[in-house]
Amino acid sequence: MEDICQQYKSFTGKKVTFMILLTVAVFGVALIAISQGPSSVGFKDSFAALFRDAGLAHAIVWKLRFPRIVMAVLVGCGLALAGTVFQSILRNPLASPYTLGIAASAGFGAVMAIVFGAGLYSEYLIAGNAFFFALVSSLLILGIARLKGSTVETMVLAGIAIMFLFSSLSSLLQYMGTMEEVHEIVFWFFGSLSKVGWKEIGIASAMILVPIPILWKWSWDLNLLAAGDESAKALGVNVTRIRMLGVVLASLITAGAICFTGVIGFIGLVSPHITRMVVGGDHRFLLPASALVGAVLVLTADTLGRTLWAPQVIPVGIVTSFIGVPFFFYLLMKKTREYW
Amino acid sequence: MLSIRELGFGYKTIRALKNVGIDLNKGEVLSVVGPNGAGKTTLLKCIIRIVKPDKGTILIDGKDTSLMKRLALARCIGYVPQNSPSKFPITVFDAVLMGRRPYMSWKPCKKDLEIVAELLASMDLEDIALRDFDHLSGGQKQKVLLARAFAQDPVYLLLDEPTSNLDLRHQMEVMEMISEMVKKKGMAAILAMHDLNLASRFSDRIVMLNDGKIYCSGEPSLVMTAENIMSVYGVEVSINTDNSHPYILPIRPVISSKVKAQS
Repeated sequence: MEDICQQYKSFTGKKVTFMILLTVAVFGVALIAISQGPSSVGFKDSFAALFRDAGLAHAIVWKLRFPRIVMAVLVGCGLALAGTVFQSILRNPLASPYTLGIAASAGFGAVMAIVFGAGLYSEYLIAGNAFFFALVSSLLILGIARLKGSTVETMVLAGIAIMFLFSSLSSLLQYMGTMEEVHEIVFWFFGSLSKVGWKEIGIASAMILVPIPILWKWSWDLNLLAAGDESAKALGVNVTRIRMLGVVLASLITAGAICFTGVIGFIGLVSPHITRMVVGGDHRFLLPASALVGAVLVLTADTLGRTLWAPQVIPVGIVTSFIGVPFFFYLLMKKTREYW
Repeated sequence: MLSIRELGFGYKTIRALKNVGIDLNKGEVLSVVGPNGAGKTTLLKCIIRIVKPDKGTILIDGKDTSLMKRLALARCIGYVPQNSPSKFPITVFDAVLMGRRPYMSWKPCKKDLEIVAELLASMDLEDIALRDFDHLSGGQKQKVLLARAFAQDPVYLLLDEPTSNLDLRHQMEVMEMISEMVKKKGMAAILAMHDLNLASRFSDRIVMLNDGKIYCSGEPSLVMTAENIMSVYGVEVSINTDNSHPYILPIRPVISSKVKAQS
């Protein structure tokens, strides 16, 4: 009996170790990322410029590279967290902000704010509108799940439908927009980190970071939801409430991650699965570890996109799709059993 | 005491339960039997409030459960569903630890871990404690779900067909664990059962449901008669009462018009 407790403790110890390693990885990749760029500010100079005002290098690091890195980490965390929450709440391994079309509708909200809010163009309007549309399609998904059951097939089909709807609505806006607006909008379709400044980071981090402690506190409820509504109810979970609020928070996070960078696909789908392979399904570990995995993925993808064909910059969304699509197929193939 | 009074519940088109009343004392094992669709599962779901009854009340020691918080109810009543679909990996230890959720805060304390470890040891699940729940056999899964309900430390235990899909040995093991736990901890259990022989052997009382109503109830020997089984199940049986409990041997199904004529 002592034995089992001991085994379990070393088992959780391993999960903590994995998270520490991931944190180190985030900083490691960030250090590499900060030394890469079209200007010749190298590793040592850029690191020094982070802490010391050294003219041009300081400006490049603080105005161009550092915000981009911070945003990449935020977006990665956000998409991965939202994906994890959607997967548990809908009890569906193929759920994620991207595959459910929620990212596309948040993107449409942002684009709409840019086009129609031209006069009162503001970051808050973009973020708010993105959240509103993310919420609308999340609730739609939740409604479909309630009526038709949250089977893999239903959710993926509903997601495709929603994605098409909002992509074409975005295209319509693009078609109607002026040249200038079109230029603003285009990068939404790829997902790009090239336009973020500290103000955007402030808003996005509020939308992404505030829900985290709440979701983390619900770890056990999410564990139980993943085990089935009936068991969850019998163990005292207010299933309807957690599901509703969970979807609202996940939509907020999605909107925060999408509204200034455009749709970056597959991170929300891939990160939870990779993480589950290592730490298992316990949300106390799954949520933070998956957020870290997402951060590493987006940061790596963006750094690759910036350096592979430098000085040509490939938008991060295109790079993540190259990683994500094969993984998506892998998950579909694995579906021979009902369990993932 | 758990009292169910005049319970009624209907799905969209079917009235699943009509005027059901059951009293359950501590220390008792009660089996609910009846054909498919008789309302066994619905009855359990109403008690644990997975579905909300349309009519009637459920009292625990005189307290109306519909006024209790879900969490408080979870400390009183444990529920083992028929199947627990799991789409994501979870270890056996964590699956049982979930049973402590009504008591624990975010981080399980030493006591929670010890309770789980003790249960796993006593139920012979030690070796698979860190295995993935979904990779277990049907019998092992059922034992894990049972362990979760025990970890919940409830007074009343509801089990939905705990022996279906189990091999002979696991059937016996699971039934013995239930009746042992009930006697040892002064609990009470309601079992929805298909196997009439297991039900007669391990229950203090049996409630026979037919079409959402209680057809008859009482000690196994009173309920398990050839006439009752004929009119509820439409099956001709012979009953052997050589042992202390009735043993039912099914012979053949009977055409339903004939059943009606007899009953």
